[in-house]
Amino acid sequence: MQGVEGFMYPNEVELQWSVLIVLYPFLTGLVAGAFILASLERVFNVEAVKPTYRLALLTALAFLLIAPLPLQLHLGHPERSFEMYLTPHTTSAMAMFGFVYLWYLMAVLVLEIWLDYRRDIVLLSQSTTGVTRLIYRAMTLGSSNISERALHIDERAGWLITVIGIPSAFLLHGYVGFIFGSIKANPWWSSPLMPVVFIFSAMVSGIATVMLVYMFLTWSRKQTIDMRCVDTVARYLFYIFIIDFTLEMLDLIHRIYESDESFRSLDFMVHTKLYVSHIVVQIFLGTVTPILLLGATQVLNLTDRARKRIYGLAGCLTLIGIFAMRWNVVIGGQLFSKSFLGYTTYKMGLVTREGLLTAIVLTVLPLVILWVLVKLLPPWPERHTRPDSVIAHAR
Amino acid sequence: MNAFRDAGHLFRLAGVFAAGVLLFLVLRSFLVPKSFGEYGHYRGNALAEIAARPVNFAGHETCETCHADVLEKKRDGKHAHVNCEACHGPLAKHADDPSSVTPAKLDAAVLCVRCHEANAAKPKSFPQVVSADHSNGLPCDTCHQPHSPAIAAEPAK
Repeated sequence: MQGVEGFMYPNEVELQWSVLIVLYPFLTGLVAGAFILASLERVFNVEAVKPTYRLALLTALAFLLIAPLPLQLHLGHPERSFEMYLTPHTTSAMAMFGFVYLWYLMAVLVLEIWLDYRRDIVLLSQSTTGVTRLIYRAMTLGSSNISERALHIDERAGWLITVIGIPSAFLLHGYVGFIFGSIKANPWWSSPLMPVVFIFSAMVSGIATVMLVYMFLTWSRKQTIDMRCVDTVARYLFYIFIIDFTLEMLDLIHRIYESDESFRSLDFMVHTKLYVSHIVVQIFLGTVTPILLLGATQVLNLTDRARKRIYGLAGCLTLIGIFAMRWNVVIGGQLFSKSFLGYTTYKMGLVTREGLLTAIVLTVLPLVILWVLVKLLPPWPERHTRPDSVIAHAR
Repeated sequence: MNAFRDAGHLFRLAGVFAAGVLLFLVLRSFLVPKSFGEYGHYRGNALAEIAARPVNFAGHETCETCHADVLEKKRDGKHAHVNCEACHGPLAKHADDPSSVTPAKLDAAVLCVRCHEANAAKPKSFPQVVSADHSNGLPCDTCHQPHSPAIAAEPAK
């Protein structure tokens, strides 16, 4: 059979989880990572990253709104997915995730954005006209109280939500790793390290995205990039990337040392079918190179211009590397036979429901939503209207 | 009192959430079928609905009441435990009205390979052939009698 080598069981020949299932953990990871970056400013008082705080929240929201779409498009009957809210089965990880998603969306992200923007929303509802005014008025929920005391309450509530939000963000993406890590029949996936690796890679991709989006939007607005902010974000990216890479290597070394019955088969796969996407793209191009680039900015005394270029390049390579990691997990886990004697091939459709075009649209769509959100709720520092006295008082 | 007034927007938000939850619960009461959970995590009425569906398979006992000769042939052969409708398809309508509903003639060249085409995933003890090499394009029933397929067991003609 074309594309099949060795011995495959009949039900393994065709891959069931396509590029959209690769995209899903990638998008969810960006959400969790962006939120954790935002929490640095709010909970851990990292003042330097303040210019990215609101942008990180909006980025998280834009990607979270689209994150379930790849799953919906994968389903034969997407309209039935709502039933997991109506009659959830407690033994189904997918059903429980529906609630994790909803909790994270409504109780964490939307709430935190609303509280943080409330003063702006009230002011905008008074200064705008027409439909925009109606939208802002609806967002105020009929309350225009922006007294110092009210804003202080918002600040306290926002802080509390961020504190709750951090474990929620871990839960959201840890779950995605859990879904794969708990599949005991698949040795490529079945590892208790999977949720942890997914969380750290999520943080890496989310921080890289916010860094890139911040740099791009500031550049497109012809404003000066706050280098102290970008340097700090890049430093966090560098540290977390090292932890992420260490965990992935730990997983790898553990597999090599354990050498269970699947090892030879998986090792062969990594050296053949997955060589380019795993060794070349994920490890060298998407992990080692950005770590070295980011490391160079920490060690060498580079100009602002050089650092900006390095951050841009490292950020793009990071996203390519994390996408390759999701690809290697999802697609790689379906390329080998449970007999450990055969391998199949993934043929990606181009203009099909689960093909390349759909994947590109679903990747661009969050950026369009982000553009709308940025227009609606400007995240720029000059519009950042939280009075410092209120912030100081809240802490 | 002032604290309550200044936190008024949070109460409004809590109200919106409560309204959302209430709306969900109301919708849920309409959307979840009444018989859901009656026996397990599924719609209880589904059992009755499935039971009410027309029967397609007659069952080999029904076939054997008329086709005793085939039963006789099958009894000692390798296909003794293969149900009639596994090859002939669902024939409840034929059993109900044998004279007007007659089953289609089977094409042995297509039918037999469905089980016996060689595949490495099948147990070695299961008889299987590479049909293109084995029969040179001839239908299987040229040599094998489907109801008792072993050639050695064929009575001499």
